[in-house]
Amino acid sequence: MSNLKFIQVSDAFNANGLNIVWIIVGLITIYAGIKNLLDEENPSRVGTAIFWCSFGVVCAFGSWLPAKVSGVLVIIMCLPPIFKKVKVGKTNAPTKEFSRAQYEKIGMKIFIPAFSVAVFSLAFAFFANISSMIAITFGVALAIVILMLYSAKENKPQVFLQDSERFLSIMGPLCMLPQLLGCLGGVFTAAGVGDVIADLVGKIVPKGNVTVGIIIFAVGMVLFTMIMGNAFAAITVMTVGIGAPFVLEYGANPVVIGMLALTCGYCGTLCTPMAANFNIVPVAILNMKDRWGVIKNQVVVAAIMLVVQIGFMIALK
Amino acid sequence: MELIKLLGVVIVIVGFALKLDSILIIFLALITTGIVGGLGVEGLLETIGTNFVANRSMAIFIMILLVTGTLERNGLREAAADLIKKVKGATAGKLVCAYGILRGFFGAFNVGFGGVAGFIRPVLLPMAEGAVKNSGHEPTEEHMEDIKGMSSAMENITWFFFQVLFVGGSGGILVQTTLASLGYEVELIDLAMQEIPVALIALVVACVYFLMKDKKLTKKYYGSSTGKNGRK
Repeated sequence: MSNLKFIQVSDAFNANGLNIVWIIVGLITIYAGIKNLLDEENPSRVGTAIFWCSFGVVCAFGSWLPAKVSGVLVIIMCLPPIFKKVKVGKTNAPTKEFSRAQYEKIGMKIFIPAFSVAVFSLAFAFFANISSMIAITFGVALAIVILMLYSAKENKPQVFLQDSERFLSIMGPLCMLPQLLGCLGGVFTAAGVGDVIADLVGKIVPKGNVTVGIIIFAVGMVLFTMIMGNAFAAITVMTVGIGAPFVLEYGANPVVIGMLALTCGYCGTLCTPMAANFNIVPVAILNMKDRWGVIKNQVVVAAIMLVVQIGFMIALK
Repeated sequence: MELIKLLGVVIVIVGFALKLDSILIIFLALITTGIVGGLGVEGLLETIGTNFVANRSMAIFIMILLVTGTLERNGLREAAADLIKKVKGATAGKLVCAYGILRGFFGAFNVGFGGVAGFIRPVLLPMAEGAVKNSGHEPTEEHMEDIKGMSSAMENITWFFFQVLFVGGSGGILVQTTLASLGYEVELIDLAMQEIPVALIALVVACVYFLMKDKKLTKKYYGSSTGKNGRK
């Protein structure tokens, strides 16, 4: 990719820009914490505030805080959700009538700001060496400007802030899960968990056959994900324990193997009731009689996609 | 005894399988691995802090949330419903596929329409029911149950396989940081590129499968006749 990148910025630009990005993200999160602390309708004001604020502080100032302090803040951040003390307060969701009226005013042009974030990140990824995170921030800024131009009276600056807090609260503490899992992967690596798994698997499967390694990695992702219901949890353990020692060590392309392993895991997510959010909750939302009604419609597609992806991984290794 | 280091992995597997609180599981696994892996309290805190800060990229979704809610407020969902309505000769199966294509395409741009609760139940299912009626049939309960299943399945399949196309999505970033901790440096855009053919194949497979399935179901529930004169 790098030969295409005719816009070159200095490392300092990326480093400073990224710090600004994290400060903005941290401030949005801290805003959510303070807003809930002051919100008398929130049944758990303090817990909710501790969660969002400690996350915001790590996010905004992580570049400067000593690692140990960040670690302590992460531990503090985990406590309120564990004790179920993160709740949703007062929301300002738009009424159906309101968004219908806005649609009649704006129409299909609403898709332009919707696309601007991804278009920016794609364009920058292809043509410049600017960090994707900075590109996304530019895209978001442009989308905000466009939305304000469409409807200046309704889309005031604080509306964006309030709407982001509303979505943050809907998503709740679980939106930190990928980041925590990434953290867990790092701790596993530091503690040597990968080496132990590799030793165990190596006793059954001979190392050195990359094709066999790929199949074990892919099928292992599916099974592991089905047990845990979460491909994000599986990918960290499986890459450290199987992907790296059995496949990547023999020169296979980490871009192909690493990425497709995750979507092989998604084939597992499609087949398991453990992935309740995707496969069981919709059954309830749609008043379906068959608890397996969603999974039954996914098994065939998941099986085909697993075979296709293993084929890709072997062909492109 | 090296095997004791796997205690954290066991906690993750058993914890998720028992459906304990996800954050509690990871919290316990972090602390247990730190102890049995010999990191010590300070070492563990330092590793957690370093890795959490290194994984900050995954919090970029918060930046995007600045516009997500306001886009919805300004009629994004209504616009999506209008697009799907334009499908010609709509049958339930075709509507499910149209939704899949729209969902996949916009998923790659990290734009959602509200999922099962926000879009499928209030918008897509009434449209599908209307389509069955328009073709001259009275929708049976079994057929509607299948349409619900297919719609949810389409939602999951397209969302899973297309969200990884977004540069800056959490899936790609998790893979990037996991590989980085093992010493392999990869770029997000290259990771996303690998998934383009996979995502397209997933969409085609799902569409073909659901179109065939709905055709078969229509035959099964309403007899072989189709069209306006097919009323029994």
